[in-house]
Amino acid sequence: MTFLNLVISGAANGVVYAAVALALVLIWRSTGILNFAQGGMLMFTTFIAWDLVHLHGANYWVGLVVALLAGLVLGAVVERVLIRPIEGGPPINPVIVTLGLLLLLEAVAGMIWGSGVSSFAPEFSLNDYHVGHQLILFSPDYLFIVLAVLGVMVALYVLFQHTPIGLRMRASAFNPEVARLLGVRVGRLLTLGWGLAAMVGALAGVLIAGTQPGYINPNAFDGLLILGFTAAVVGGLDSPLGALAGGLLVGVIQQLLDNYVSIDLDSFYTFVVLLVVLMLRPSGLFSRTAVRRV
Amino acid sequence: MSLLRRSTLLRNGLLALCGLGIMLAVTEGLSDYRNTQLANIAVTVCAVAGLTVLTGLSGQISLGNGAFMFVGAYTVGLLLMHNPGTNNGELVLVLAASALVAAVAGGLVGVAAARLRGPYLAGITLALALGLPALPEYSHFQGKLGGHAGLNFLAPNPPGGMNFFRWQAWVCLIGAVVTLFLLANLSRSRVGRAFRAVRDDEISASLAGLSVARVQILAFTVSAACAGLAGGLFAVINGNVLPSGFPISLSLSLLAAAVFGGLGTLSGAVYGSIIVTLLPQWSYDLAHAFSMPDRVQLNLPQAVYGAGLILGMLLFPLGIQGGVRRIWALGRNALRTKPAGN
Repeated sequence: MTFLNLVISGAANGVVYAAVALALVLIWRSTGILNFAQGGMLMFTTFIAWDLVHLHGANYWVGLVVALLAGLVLGAVVERVLIRPIEGGPPINPVIVTLGLLLLLEAVAGMIWGSGVSSFAPEFSLNDYHVGHQLILFSPDYLFIVLAVLGVMVALYVLFQHTPIGLRMRASAFNPEVARLLGVRVGRLLTLGWGLAAMVGALAGVLIAGTQPGYINPNAFDGLLILGFTAAVVGGLDSPLGALAGGLLVGVIQQLLDNYVSIDLDSFYTFVVLLVVLMLRPSGLFSRTAVRRV
Repeated sequence: MSLLRRSTLLRNGLLALCGLGIMLAVTEGLSDYRNTQLANIAVTVCAVAGLTVLTGLSGQISLGNGAFMFVGAYTVGLLLMHNPGTNNGELVLVLAASALVAAVAGGLVGVAAARLRGPYLAGITLALALGLPALPEYSHFQGKLGGHAGLNFLAPNPPGGMNFFRWQAWVCLIGAVVTLFLLANLSRSRVGRAFRAVRDDEISASLAGLSVARVQILAFTVSAACAGLAGGLFAVINGNVLPSGFPISLSLSLLAAAVFGGLGTLSGAVYGSIIVTLLPQWSYDLAHAFSMPDRVQLNLPQAVYGAGLILGMLLFPLGIQGGVRRIWALGRNALRTKPAGN
């Protein structure tokens, strides 16, 4: 039963990693850029929600919605102002720019809210469920997390597969030149894509912030970014379903190692998992083998 | 003169000796505080020079050089802790060991890195930078690596009653000059040309008989060794090492220094290191002058690194050294065209 419980709670954490992975995958698919600033962006939007809820007495849901909107705007602005000018340059440039943005956002958050730790109270209880006398490592808050992330994934699926704007977004990711010739405003759709991705990231930030007291801090989300990246790589970096599978797998592996080996090495496991996956299948476990362009 | 033109080794050697002589003479007139700053700049130069060779010459990126500094620092920490009374001659061996151990670690990561491209490589080295400093906290390693409290040890005493801070500056300056000398030679050698060939076109490089993977692993190993030496020097001047002394922001500030100076140029690594090392002090002074709150002042350097990385990439992709070279070229052209105009 312990093992099953660990799998359940690992998978529940993994759902949040999957949301971060999805935010990375959405941008990677459309621009071929890995957004290292995602950890900083979702940290910043989570702080905005925390500020509203805990310093200004706003309702939890108001905080959540504002965080999502802030994510949308932040993502769009980042694409427009920082990413557009370096498009088509050496692939190392976006890596450096997004890392610079990560540092900048962390520093600005530290300037505004200080570098100490704060707690974000979750809307739902963190007390675990009981089935009969058996404790299940799953709480109402985690149920909400799972439903929220899965809901967003379904919404994005519908948006991409069943709406005209989704079709245009897929077209401009698939072949920007041809899409532009057919009258698709590729630039605007890229901006929208970055906004949507950052919104998914913002959701992940607010959700995970409530799971532990004292979670929020300008640097607290570095680990979440790495976990999301690992989940995305495990899933093949270009598939949203792969991101979900990768997130669940990473969450479960992390929970099992934490429990059966030692929790002290928590951040080291991520490196090991990433190393093993990349050594065995550099293009991810769930992706079709891709030919590298040279 | 022509011998100097032909022999890179001789030219770089003379330059290094002159530079070192001037620097060592300068430390005489500096205050203890300035000497400590100089030592810290020299430490940063070692790490940034290694990173700029890796990224600028071989085209790989590493966000994990802070982790290799961690390896070097703990190597020195363990050696000095278990061998109290190490003298200054033996310190050279201890520092060489820090570079060597980090090089081995770098080689291991390099094997994985050689298969990876751009963002994948950046991601895994970032995971390394976050994960490796967790090792001392592992319960089975705590006894050996000191856990949260880190390692405390005594660095060798200065020889012949020399001022302690001046001696620290000497040790670090010698380390930095030796690193720069070796990297400058490497960059002008067959190996350096192989790095550039692999960076510019992997297929052409392999058609020309280079083993791309081997060249990339070598570049990664060299860069890790430099970072290891930097970590070792860092440990020597601080007398202690802590797991919390090697956060991700350390690795990213190294990258910022390399980008500020101009990727791939060793003189750029020096400018970049000076900026990154002195920035916290400047921001402290600035914050005092404008009486900013503590939390603004403490985060100001990191904000400058971040903004500098972004603006550097958007506006000055060649960094400071790119600007210096442009001015140099303009001046030279002006001199050359003058006689023709007359």
